[in-house]
Amino acid sequence: MPAPVHQKPTRSLAAVFLILLPVAIFLLSFLLGRYPVEPLTVIKVIAAQLLPVSPDWPPVVTSVVLDVRLPRVLAAMVVGGGLAIAGACYQGVFRNPLVSPFTLGVSAGAGFGAAAAILLFGERYATQACAFAFGLLAVAICFAMNRFFRLNSTIALVLGGVIVGSLFTALLSLLKYVADPNSKLPVIEFWLLGSLSSVSTADLVPVLTVTIPSVLGLLALRWRLNLLAMGDEQASIMGVEVARLRLAIILLSTLIAASAVSISGIIGWVGLVVPHLARILVGPDFRRLLPAALSLGACYLLIIDDVARTVTAAEVPLGILTALIGAPVFMLLLGRGRLGWA
Amino acid sequence: MILSADKLGFSYPDRPERIFSDLSLNIAAGEVVCVLGPNGVGKSTLLRCLAGLSQPNAGKVELDGRSMASLSRPEIARQLALVPQSHETVFAFCVRTVVEMGRAPHLGLFDVPGKEVTELALAALSTLGIGHLAEAAYTEISGGERQLVQIARVLVQAPKLMILDEPTAHLDFANQARFLALIRRLVETGLAVIFTTHAPDHAYTLADRTLVLSRDHPPAVGPTSKILTEETLSQTYGVPIRVIRSGNHITCVAEIDRE
Repeated sequence: MPAPVHQKPTRSLAAVFLILLPVAIFLLSFLLGRYPVEPLTVIKVIAAQLLPVSPDWPPVVTSVVLDVRLPRVLAAMVVGGGLAIAGACYQGVFRNPLVSPFTLGVSAGAGFGAAAAILLFGERYATQACAFAFGLLAVAICFAMNRFFRLNSTIALVLGGVIVGSLFTALLSLLKYVADPNSKLPVIEFWLLGSLSSVSTADLVPVLTVTIPSVLGLLALRWRLNLLAMGDEQASIMGVEVARLRLAIILLSTLIAASAVSISGIIGWVGLVVPHLARILVGPDFRRLLPAALSLGACYLLIIDDVARTVTAAEVPLGILTALIGAPVFMLLLGRGRLGWA
Repeated sequence: MILSADKLGFSYPDRPERIFSDLSLNIAAGEVVCVLGPNGVGKSTLLRCLAGLSQPNAGKVELDGRSMASLSRPEIARQLALVPQSHETVFAFCVRTVVEMGRAPHLGLFDVPGKEVTELALAALSTLGIGHLAEAAYTEISGGERQLVQIARVLVQAPKLMILDEPTAHLDFANQARFLALIRRLVETGLAVIFTTHAPDHAYTLADRTLVLSRDHPPAVGPTSKILTEETLSQTYGVPIRVIRSGNHITCVAEIDRE
């Protein structure tokens, strides 16, 4: 008799772990950095924003906690959690373990958009807006191609993503080729490597406005994702309007991925590896997988960003660190056959 | 009439030959129709057309008096459920979760199944004698067990018509007999059943009417004992077949010379 998957006690233990872990890392992250802040003070400063607490700390502490560290900590959690939940959804929709939120060309499109904005405008918010818009455009082209050629399979969509991705990568290379190597080119290169070092509250507002409703939308559809993951035909038989549901889930996931990339640059591996980690922890049921991916993704990127800004004096870009840590972890999982894929 | 198909014809877009044409079939509550025919004759394609998964090129299918093409997937799924010949998924969902999914057409888009659906699922699993598999991974059980899980899923879906594509193909001898008995019990409650099979015996045992598909003859449908004669069977499968009656049982054997 096959062994049962995921018993109830481990399940509630996992839930407690997944709620407490991000809270703990969130608070700990405020203690890291050049200016030392007491743990209790951090809680007081944050509480003072909501409750009438009279400040007994110097104003510079408020500034360090709220203006410097809070946007960065929040950005790391939103980008990490967002990419992980989007990745889990993409893998479910495509029923493929090697799919990530960037599979349909979001990152390639966003990279091109950001580079174009850096060349043309050089304003931060323009870069962010163009990265977001071109990220969405790349995925829209994938869908348009699929419709134009009347392809109905998800594999064709993935191949479309490969085509659109290499198209935008080529266009990006062209921009890099014409960019001024002394001023513009390093900015483009640095953006592409991914970083959260200059995130401000103003940058975060549009990202949160897009990401929070999209995440809530995906969470609301969590059981429908189970149905879709059973296969198109099986889902149709069980009363799912497959094409419409798939479009909705890809749209929401893509909005999340594009807004994540728009603020952080291209940070790979989170959207690919974290869903696998979450699946090992709570199993494949999307009702538990999506919250788990959200929590683990937020923790993962926050830890990596903490490492990035404390361990080395010259900050190592996040995209490099996620790959340096993600690749061996993934290899370990693959070697142990813990991924749960046939 | 739950389902009626009128003069259906089907051919694949890029291939000229007709898979079947001029095929008409009606089925009412509590009726069992068996579809018989050699490999590759279009049985599964027909079932897909009847379930609204494929569009026939000619003729029309009506479900409960309404045109299939005008119905939404949830509307269809509340009326009929299909069990495919085999089903695989990459995700190791537990069996109970898979069976609960059958309830989807009765729930809202953002709903999540509650305790009552879990109870329905567990009851369906024990009806099929596989209650012990409830917490097992769907990807790790055998093909035959998966087919029983799919039937449990249909019970939770609670349609008026169940369409089964070779339901006995992966079942062992005892499970085939159990399965036939189960279908008979379900039919007594008013469920209509259409199934394909490669075993004419199952048609004799279970089917009120049988539809025979063959490559060289137009589709024929009628009461099983009248349709499944030695002549029709021999013609359909292209080998001499003898029908043997013993008491209430009818069976048939292919008489191929052993040299």
